[in-house]
Amino acid sequence: MMADLDCIDLVELTTDYFEGRLSPDNAARLEAHLTECDGCTEFVRQMHVTQDALGRIDAEVVPAAGRERLLAAFRAWKAGS
Amino acid sequence: MSVRLDEGDERYSGLGDETVLAQLRAGDESAFLWLVDRYAPAMHKIARAYVRDDATAEDVVQEAWLGVLRGLAAFEGRSSLRGWIFTIVVNRAKTRGVREARSVPFSALARDESERDDPSVAADRFAGPGEEWPRHWRAEPESWGDRPEERLMRRELRERIDAAIDALPPAQRTVVLLRDIAGQPTAEVCNVLELSETNARVLLHRARAKIRRSLDPYLTGGSAV
Ligand SMILES: [Zn+2]
Repeated sequence: MMADLDCIDLVELTTDYFEGRLSPDNAARLEAHLTECDGCTEFVRQMHVTQDALGRIDAEVVPAAGRERLLAAFRAWKAGS
Repeated sequence: MSVRLDEGDERYSGLGDETVLAQLRAGDESAFLWLVDRYAPAMHKIARAYVRDDATAEDVVQEAWLGVLRGLAAFEGRSSLRGWIFTIVVNRAKTRGVREARSVPFSALARDESERDDPSVAADRFAGPGEEWPRHWRAEPESWGDRPEERLMRRELRERIDAAIDALPPAQRTVVLLRDIAGQPTAEVCNVLELSETNARVLLHRARAKIRRSLDPYLTGGSAV
């Protein structure tokens, strides 16, 4: 006997789902829910897009002073190695 | 005042760790600066989760780079270069954080943030008990439209992501920085932060959900971007 999985529950499970940490039963319930719920389908997509964006943003900007000091450290390292 | 990537430095982007490592070991300054530009901002944020001010975090980042240079000869590539660098900054930041006797230890922050009631979506987006479909969307998420992943890489939205990360509670910020930004495996995140996997996933989920929410206004309706 499987308990209900409502939208309000599903939105808390997306990370466990993406990381493959849902039990097979729960993963099946989640996937079944998605086949008939546009709202949750869009939510899962947005969480996926968010996670993907986090994995791709890298450097924005490095303060120039820090960069200069590091370059000096690199030169010192090069001279000593 | 800031320094942007030079055009020519794009050439490192597609290279594997081994090639970048070889260039570093050969003393190639532009390879080193490329690495700094790529990782230093995230390193600063990671450090900031452990120490009390930006200046100390900047010191930690500088120390971590010195550690990277010292370790370069012995680095065997068992983890990715990126993973190795982030592990060094975490370890430096932890040492410094402990030395400064941070008043609230990470485990306490993590416990507090994961036990607190903190729904991923505002409760009023779901129908209540008396309504026709209780616990289902009352107001479904508005579509993010075509190719939101591309729009997210534009400068304005990258800045929104940045601001959203900065606004997270400290334990959630650290976990999302290590797991998603730094790309560390969950096991490694748990190990460096001394968290259970369950705890780490709760924090990660809450962080991602908050970031999603903060991006939502910029990706819906078409007018915001
Ligand atoms: Zn639903």
